[in-house]
Amino acid sequence: MKMKNLLKAAIRSLTKNKMRTFLTMLGIIIGVASVIAMLAIGQGSRESIQSQISTLGTNVLMIFPQASSSGGVRMEAGTSQKMTLDDARALIERCPSVAYLTPQVRTSGQLVASNLNWRSSVYGVYPDYFSIRNLKIETGNPFTMNDDKSAAKVCVVGQTIVTNLFGEGADAVGRVIRINKIPFKITGVIEKKGQNAFGQDQDDMVIAPFSTVQKRMLAITYIQSMLASATTEDKIPAATAEITEVLKERHRLGPSEDADFTIRTQSDIANAATATSKILTILLASIASISLLVGGIGIMNIMLVSVTERTREIGIRMSVGARGRDVLLQFLIEALLISLLGGLIGIGLGMLVSQVIANLMSWPVTITIQSILMSFIFSSAIGIFFGWYPARKAARLNPIDALRYE
Amino acid sequence: MHRKWADRRVPAAGEDTDMDKTIIAVKSLVKTYTMGDVEVHALRGVNADILPGEFVAIMGKSGSGKSTFMNILGCLDVPTRGSYLLDGADVSSLSKDQLATLRNRKIGFVFQSFNLLSRTSALENVELPLMYNHKISSREMRDRSLKALEQVGLASRSSHMPNQLSGGEQQRVAIARSLVNDPVVILADEPTGNLDTRTSLEIMDIFQKLNEKGITIVIVTHEADIAGFTKRNITFRDGRIMRSVMVGNQRNAREELAQLPVNVEDEV
Repeated sequence: MKMKNLLKAAIRSLTKNKMRTFLTMLGIIIGVASVIAMLAIGQGSRESIQSQISTLGTNVLMIFPQASSSGGVRMEAGTSQKMTLDDARALIERCPSVAYLTPQVRTSGQLVASNLNWRSSVYGVYPDYFSIRNLKIETGNPFTMNDDKSAAKVCVVGQTIVTNLFGEGADAVGRVIRINKIPFKITGVIEKKGQNAFGQDQDDMVIAPFSTVQKRMLAITYIQSMLASATTEDKIPAATAEITEVLKERHRLGPSEDADFTIRTQSDIANAATATSKILTILLASIASISLLVGGIGIMNIMLVSVTERTREIGIRMSVGARGRDVLLQFLIEALLISLLGGLIGIGLGMLVSQVIANLMSWPVTITIQSILMSFIFSSAIGIFFGWYPARKAARLNPIDALRYE
Repeated sequence: MHRKWADRRVPAAGEDTDMDKTIIAVKSLVKTYTMGDVEVHALRGVNADILPGEFVAIMGKSGSGKSTFMNILGCLDVPTRGSYLLDGADVSSLSKDQLATLRNRKIGFVFQSFNLLSRTSALENVELPLMYNHKISSREMRDRSLKALEQVGLASRSSHMPNQLSGGEQQRVAIARSLVNDPVVILADEPTGNLDTRTSLEIMDIFQKLNEKGITIVIVTHEADIAGFTKRNITFRDGRIMRSVMVGNQRNAREELAQLPVNVEDEV
C-alpha cells in the first residue's frame, strides 16, 4: 500500500474515534509537556547558577595557606602566617600562566560618614584585583600601585556602602569615610554587581590598597590569601601547577611533601554548584519520563482494543490482497501518528507551561533544542515500541478467522 | 479494460501454453484439520477443473467441505495435499505474502455479509483492492473503480457510505469491488444469503451479465433455485464431489425480475 493511502487510512480510523484518540494522545501530551517543562526548569536554574558564579570571574584562582595548628589545635584557614608578600612577588615574577596576582588581606570595620555608620568588609589588595575580579569602576578611579607603596588612605567602595552612608545615588567620589576611626578618601565607586551564587551582596565591600590595610589596620606582616587570574581559562591547570611549584620551593617543601597551601579555582566552585542542579534536573526529568511511559502503555492498550474491534476490517483487507506487512504498517502508523501528534502538542504545551512558571514564579527557565528534539524522538520511539505488539498481532491474523469474527 | 484471457497467463517454463486454458485445476485435493487429538477430514481428494467463462454453483450441506474448498480456491487457505493450479500457477506451495498478492491480482471475493468497510464511501470500498497494488496510480484507481460501480449500476451512489445503502446495493458495491482488479475468477460465498427474493434476483442478474461478458464466476449456495441461474452445479458431500452436472435450462434473472409482481413497499 502506498504511503499516501496508508496515511489516509490511519487518519480516517483515528478521526472515527475522536474522543478515544484524544484521550490516548493526552497521555503522551502530558508526558512530553512535563519532560520539556522539567528540563527547562532544571536547565534554567543551572544556567543562572553558572552565570552568577561567572560574575566572580571565570579564570580566578584563590590561594590560601593551609590551616595552621598550634599544639595540635588546628586554626581557621587563613590564620597561618606562612604566606608572605615575598611569596606573592615571586609568583608574579615566575608564573607565566598567571596574568594578574594580588595578595589579599581582609578585615571588617565600622564605616562612619557624618552621622551615618555601616559595618562592612575591608579588603586590602593590589589594583590588579579589579582586573582579576572583573570589577568596573562606575565613577572616579581605582587606586594605584603608588598608593600601595605609600600606604595611602584611599579606597574604592561598592554601591551598598554609598547607599547606606550617603544615600541612594549620591556622588561619593572625593568624600571621606572613617574606617575604624582612620579617615579614607573615596577615589571610586564600583559598578553594581548584585548578589553572588551564595547570596552574598557583592556590593557591600570596601577595597583599599594592600599595604594600607595590612599595616595601618591589621598591623600584620603576613598575607592572608592571594587572588590570581590565569591568562586564559585553559591555562588554569598550568597556572595551578606553576604556583604550586614556586610556593613549594619557597616554603622548602619537597615535591612529594604535602603543600602548606590550597589552590581553589572558580571552576571547582562552579562544578560543585552545577552538579547539584544537574542531579535535580535528572530527577525531575526521570519522574516526567515515567508519565511518558504511562502514556505509551495507554497507546498500546488502545491499539490492542482497536485490533480486536477491527478484526473483521483486517480480514476484509487481507482478502482483497493486504499482506501481513501492509496491516502491520497501517496499525503502526496509527500508533505513530498518535504519539507524534501528542509529542508535538506536548512540546507546545511544555513551552507554554515553562513560560508560565517563568513569569509567575520568576524562576529562570531555558528551553533547549536538545530537549525538544529528545522529546520528539522519544515520543515517536514510544509510538513504535508500544504500537509494534498490537500491529504485529493484527498482521498475524488468519484471514479466514478474521473474516468470520463477529 | 478487459484483456483477452490468453494474455492474462504467464506461462511457466516448459509448460505447454496451447494445451488448455483452465482457470482452476484442482487434483486430489486433501485438507485435514487437527482439532486437539481429532483429525477432521474436510476434503478427501477433490478433482475439479473450471474453464474460462464458466458460471459454477457449488452446493452441499454444511460440513460437506464446500466452504473449505472455497477458501482454498480463494487462496485464503492452502491444501494439506494435492495440487491447485490457478490460472496456470501452482498455488499449493506459496507463502502467506505470495497468496495475498495472488488474491490481490487474480481473485475477486463477494461475501454473504457484504463485508464493506464501514464509514468508507462506496467508491473507496471499491478502490480497496487496487490500494494494495503499487503499480496502479491514484487516477487509474479512481477511473477503474468508477467503471466497476457503473457495471453494477451504482455510479450515482459512489460517495454514499455503506449505512446509507440498502442490502442489495451494498452487495452490488461488494461485486464492484470484486471486479475492480480485473480478476480471473470471482468467488462468491452465499452472495444472496442475506437478501430477499427480489434483491437476490437483482444480484443474480448482475452475475449473469458479468458472465455473459466472459467473466468466470464460482458461487457457493445451498439454495437450489439460485444454483439454477448458473451453468454448472457441483455438489459436495463428506469432503468429496458427489455430482457435477450442467444446468439444462438456465434460468434468466432479468426475465424473472420483469415478471415479479411490483414490490409492495414501492406502492406504499
